[in-house]
Order: sequence, then structure tokens, then C-alpha cells
Amino acid sequence: MSPRYAAGSKVVVKNNRPETLMRLHLRTPHYVRGRQGTVLRALGSFPNPEDLAFNRPAPEKMLYHVLFEQQPVWNEGEAGDTLLVELFEHWLEPVEG
Amino acid sequence: MAAREPAPEHVALLEKLIGALKTRGILTEEQLAAKKAATEKASPETGARMVARAWTDPAFRQRLITDGTAAAEEFGISLAGNPPLGVLEDTAELHHLVVCTLCSCYPRVVLGFPPHWYKSAAYRARAVRDPRGVLAEWGTMIPAGTQIRVVDSTADYRWMVLPVRPEGTEGWSEERLATLLGAEELVGVALPKLAQAKAA
Repeated sequence: MSPRYAAGSKVVVKNNRPETLMRLHLRTPHYVRGRQGTVLRALGSFPNPEDLAFNRPAPEKMLYHVLFEQQPVWNEGEAGDTLLVELFEHWLEPVEG
Repeated sequence: MAAREPAPEHVALLEKLIGALKTRGILTEEQLAAKKAATEKASPETGARMVARAWTDPAFRQRLITDGTAAAEEFGISLAGNPPLGVLEDTAELHHLVVCTLCSCYPRVVLGFPPHWYKSAAYRARAVRDPRGVLAEWGTMIPAGTQIRVVDSTADYRWMVLPVRPEGTEGWSEERLATLLGAEELVGVALPKLAQAKAA
């Protein structure tokens, strides 16, 4: 499985709430949903925990380290401080430009 | 590790689960014993030895940053059946702080059981939002010129920090350097301080 996003790609995290529709083991924190970040690197592929934890077929998904600036997420904090979060590819969309 | 006595109904449930797994051939007594032994043996001393080696051996440092899992295996720590280990390199310009906002993911194979504060709702909620405030409460002052990168351990990796080697430790042995490091330094809530070093 090759990563769709290269290091340095700008991505936006989908602002979805699938937990309102079904039971799944979500690893996407609410605070990054809808936020724009930058791919630091691909971390490899892992069985999708959303399904794995409920004993459903869990195809592997590419996992990324995605970097976010603190200030836009919280409206506070020091400029330059960042958040680094592990996110699966199916939660990411490309940012144009 | 000292802990409360488990509730009898929990023990009974656990025994039933183990019995069911054995009946289905999913788990053997030997596998269970090996996992228990590895879990009990794990402590921050392992992570400390790895960081001390990285401070004194540039080739190992590179391997540790590139592939923490393989570097741990060089120390005889098997990560079979465990999540891969990632290592976050601090510099004068960048300080890493590890948290798991969703639960309590922690690099147990190299640090042992997570401390209670690491699992607390307060640490998990505040570390991502106000890292400098949280660090100040630990007495850890990060200079304004140093960026803080909070690493939220949300998925399949476990993360350990490789702190900056403190000044004044030139010529120290690996063993002595390791005494500067505990769980707090290895997840980034504290910086290694000479005051806590043991004599050579």
C-alpha cells in the first residue's frame, strides 16, 4: 500500500461524526476534525481500528503523522507551538493550492 | 506494582475469558506467562538506557530515531505483538510532549506501566490545549524560542521522547547518564536535570 499523501502535503481532516451512525473505535480526536494540517510523514498501514475493535473485517489503512498549529485549533497558545496527531488516510482530504 | 485488590467478580470474569480463549486455542498458558513476565519487567530504566546510548553513540542515535522498534530489539526488548515504537528527537528549538487524549496509550515496552497522572482526564485534556501551562506546573520552563510539539498518541504507534543531553555531562558514562532519565523525562513533562543524577 503506497501513501496517497507525501510529506509536506496540506490536508484537511473530515468534519464527520460517524460515531452518531454506528459503533466504531474512533482514533480521530474531535479537536482536529475540520482542521487543516500538514503531513509530516506516512507511518505505515494498519488494520482500521474503527472496525477491528468490533470484530468486523478491518482492511489496512495508511496512517500519517499530521502536524497542526496550536493557535487555530484552540484560539490560544504560543505561535509556533504545534500538535502532532496520528490520523488514517480515509479521514484526510487534499487542500487545493 | 502495588495496586488495589481486584474485585472478585472481575477476577471471575477474567478467568472465564482466559478459559474461553484457551478452549479455542487462541491463548496458551505459556504465552500468558511470557506476556505477564515481560509486562512486569518493563520499566523506565529500559528507555533511560536507550536514550543514554543515543547520547553517546551517534550511530545508535540515528537507528533509534529512524526505527525505534529495531533499536529496542537491540536492547533485547521484543516488540512482537506490541505496537511499533517511535522516537521523538528534541533539539534546542523543539520540545516534544507526549499525551494520549483518547485513552492512555504509552510506550509500555520501554517505560513500563503508565503513571496515574498520565492517565488522568486533567493531563489528557490540558496537555494538548495548554502545554506550556501544564509544563510550568511540573516546574518545566520551556524558553520562548523553543517550540513545543504535543504528540497525541491517537493510533498504532507508541512514542518516547529523546531529550537533549544536558550540558555539564561531558565524559559521563552511559550508566551515569541513564540516571538522569525517568518516565517524566521520557514523555517530555520534565527535562533531564543534573541535580537528580546519582554519583558516578
